[in-house]
Formats: sequence, structure tokens, C-alpha cells
Amino acid sequence: MGNLGIIFWRELMSYFATPLAYIFIVIFLITNGIFTFELGGFYLRGQADLLPFFSFHPWLYLFMVPAIAMTLWADERKTGTIELLLTLPVKLRDAVLGKFLAAWALTGLALALTFPIWITVNYLGDPDNGVIFAAYLGSWFMAGSYLAIGSCMSASTKNSVIAFILTVSICFLFVLMGSPILLNAFPDFVPQFLVDAISAMGFLTHFDSIAKGVLDIRDILFFAVFIGAWLLASAIVIEMKKAN
Amino acid sequence: MIEIENLVKKFDQFVAVDNLSFQVAEGEVLGFLGPNGAGKSTTMKVITGFLAPTSGRVSIDGHDITEDAIAAKSLIGYLPEGAPSYGDMTTEEFLRFIAQVRGYRGEEIDRRVQHVIKEVELESVRRQTIETLSKGFKRRVGLAQAIMHDPKVLILDEPTDGLDPNQKHHVRELIKNLARDKIVIISTHILEEVTAVCTRAIIIAEGRIVADGTPAQLESRSRYHQAVSVRLNDSYDLGADLGGIDGIATIEEDAEQALTYTILAKDGQSIFSQVSAIAQEKQWPVTEFHVQRGQLEDVFRTVTQKAKEA
Repeated sequence: MGNLGIIFWRELMSYFATPLAYIFIVIFLITNGIFTFELGGFYLRGQADLLPFFSFHPWLYLFMVPAIAMTLWADERKTGTIELLLTLPVKLRDAVLGKFLAAWALTGLALALTFPIWITVNYLGDPDNGVIFAAYLGSWFMAGSYLAIGSCMSASTKNSVIAFILTVSICFLFVLMGSPILLNAFPDFVPQFLVDAISAMGFLTHFDSIAKGVLDIRDILFFAVFIGAWLLASAIVIEMKKAN
Repeated sequence: MIEIENLVKKFDQFVAVDNLSFQVAEGEVLGFLGPNGAGKSTTMKVITGFLAPTSGRVSIDGHDITEDAIAAKSLIGYLPEGAPSYGDMTTEEFLRFIAQVRGYRGEEIDRRVQHVIKEVELESVRRQTIETLSKGFKRRVGLAQAIMHDPKVLILDEPTDGLDPNQKHHVRELIKNLARDKIVIISTHILEEVTAVCTRAIIIAEGRIVADGTPAQLESRSRYHQAVSVRLNDSYDLGADLGGIDGIATIEEDAEQALTYTILAKDGQSIFSQVSAIAQEKQWPVTEFHVQRGQLEDVFRTVTQKAKEA
């Protein structure tokens, strides 16, 4: 196990050392249930798919994921452990990635624990399980994108509450970018390629098709590149900000 | 061997470290002194590779701290200011984490962790989370992680800050024991610590070195060097008797204690034997009579104030 793995495990264990991880998972599951059954009309639709479940994820993540991401680096800076961590023989890359992956694993675990709903839909009908699996994967990658933004925001401040608010704001922007509400609001003189470019950066653009069962590798690639870019930005911000 | 050449660290316009150059060899325990904000901690952060220098270079045993960071960092054990550690972990978990990052595997981890726990006496708090520990124990956990890999270079930023006298003594003994064939750099503003553990002291002010030498050498720069302290039990005119001795600069009366005088020597000349001869001859009403080595505090104040005015 390299340093990446060691940091990953330390971070993951630290989520479970406090009630944080358990609370996160419980709230995630409850909210998911409410969204799917109450707001999404899971039963009323009479269709054996998980569309109502997945289509709320971009909005659910908007508040859940920043809560996980906010402490990633802000706490290290506040308590001074960043000085300890970065003077150990550890590459910054391993530290950034290890922390990110631990948080991503936690969201993955929370997502995996929604499995009863998958069993339910199989019990009630005959869904396309390939589509559902793809949607899970897409949802997890989208959660990763939120986290990567959160990692960068958390690196920019010592205050985790500020990190939370910044992350929510920026994530909201990226959700909006792909939403028809925003895209239809552009006046006519805005050139179409610009609208398309903005839409191409939006989370919903890529996630909606995944949720509907169209798994295009380009959508997953979008999220992967997005994560990579924000993690790189995190490393740059850490380098710049660690002095103060 | 640590080599620091023309080290400069600026934060925007503020120059925290201003063209610092010095070397530290094996076996030396270097006390790094200076008023708050003089650049002590910043220098240490650059030496340990936490902050990148604005210019100049730092090399640890030939490994450049920016070019060859991992190799250089592997040689260093570092206790950052305030001894930060992960509060939600237990002492043992935290030390195991450090051992792993330091490259130990399997049984070796247990052996190293056990060794440092014994070395800094953490057995009693082994399974306690670090956030519940007292300041002294936290500091010791920080020390334990710094010495985990038996490092060649030990850099300790205010290692005894906030400890009670017993703990201070313990930490100093620990440092002395560790110091053989190692390089130790300690930052402190407790001057007694320097005389207690250091073989060399550097005083910095405004980011520059203002004094560098053994504690004895620095003390000899004090105006109290070779001064004779006298305490009388009856008033007596010392000045009248001492007029004949050339080496005497002046006689100071202690402002707080009555009948206590300090006879200052000119340019560090030895005046003790002459003064004591006169004291015997004239039968001074003496209760205390001793020679001073010099006051580090006095030197510290003089050199750092001078730097400020310059």
C-alpha cells in the first residue's frame, strides 16, 4: 500500500470515528426515500424503472455532498495538521487524491445502501437492470464532481462553513448550466454555440441522459475530466494558500 | 549536514526571511532564537519543505528540499508549532498512521510505535483520542511522531511551549539523548533552554542572523560578562574602594533588592580576583559574592533591538 492508500484509509476511518458518516448516510437514505416515493411518485407512475429516484440526485447532492467535502482541507488548515501532512514524505498528489477518494468512497457507500429500492423495483416489475446499473455509476461520478469542487473550495479557506457555502453556490451554477430553465432564458442574440457550450458544461446535460438509460461513455468521461480538473485546481490552491 | 544558502522568503511585500545562510553539522543542537515574528517559524517551514523559498536553497544531506523533496523529507522529523495532530484518532492510531507513511510495514509498525510510546511515555494515553489529551500529552504525541523513523534531522518548533517544569525537563533530557550524531534545530524563546540543551545558538531578528555562536560565546557578549555580583548586609561605599581598578566599568545598584550591587567589567576583563582581594582587605559586609557568566537575555535584547532600529 502506497501513501495514497494510507491517506485514503486514514481519511475514511476518520469519517467513521465520529458520527458524521453515519448521520450522512442516514439523512441521505431518508431524503432519497422521501424524494423518490413522495415527490417522484414512484408507485403512481406504474413503471418499473428508477427514474424518479435518480432524477432528484443532482438536487440532493447539492446539499449533501458539500457537507462531506467542506472539511477536506479547511480543517487541515485550521488545526495546522496540513503542516504535518505536507512535511511527511508524501506527494501532494497522493494527499489530494487520497482525501478525495475517501470522501468519494463514502458517497459511494451511501449510494450503494439505497439497494433496497433496486430490489423493490425488481420485485414489482421487470426493469432493465443494465440501465439501472449505468445510472448508479453516472450518479456516483456526478457526486465525485461535486466533491472535487468541494475539495478545491475547502482548500481555499480555513472556515469549513464558508467552504460549504462556496461549494453549494458553484455546484448550483453547474447544475443550472445544464438546466432548461436557464438555457431557455437566454435572449435570442446570444449565439447558439455559446448556449451549447454552457449547456455542455452542465451536470444535468450529462446526467439526465444517463438517468434515462442512455449510457454514453462521453458523459462519464465528462465527469472524469471534470473531477481531474478540479482536483488539479485543489492542488494549486493548496500550494498557494498553505502559507497563511 | 544542513546547508542553507541565501534563503529568502517573502509574503507579498513582506520579507519574513532575509538572505539567511548557515550550516548545521551532525552532533549540533542548534537553538534558534528570536523575538516573535522574527522569522523563526517561517525558516523552519522552509527547511522542512512546507513552504517553498522565494529564492536561495536548502539542502538536507545533499538533497535539495524543493528538487528532491521526498528524499529530503524522509530524513527530517518535524514538530510543527503547536504540535498539530489528528484529534479524532487515538494516540496509537495516529502513531501507526505516521509509521505507515514513514514507510514501515507489518510487524515493524508495531515495533516502531511501541518504541516511541515508551520513549516519550505515552503508555497511559495509548487508547485515548488525541483531542481529549492535555497540552503536555499532545506535545509528546507530536514529539513521538517526529522521532518515529529515528530521523537524522530533528526540527522542533517550540517543543516545550506550554509544558510544566517537569515536562520541560523531561523533553530536554529526551532531546539531549536523541542529539548524538544527529542534527537538532530547536526554536524557542525560552533562553534557559538554550543553555540547557543547545551546543550552538543563532539569534535572528527581522529575518536576519544577528548573533551566532555557542551559548557561552553569546553570553560573553553580554555587558554582564565577568561582572561581579555583591550582596551586603550593611550599607557600604563600594565605589570608594574600587576606584583603583582599571577593569571596572561601572557599579549598578539593583533596583528591586536593597544592598545588592553588580560591578560591571570593562570589555569582559576578568576582575573577580582583584575585587575579591579588596573585599577581603577592606572587610566588606558581604553575604553573597559571585561572578557572572553573562546574561543571554541581555544579549538577546541588545542584538534584536539593534536589528529593529537598523
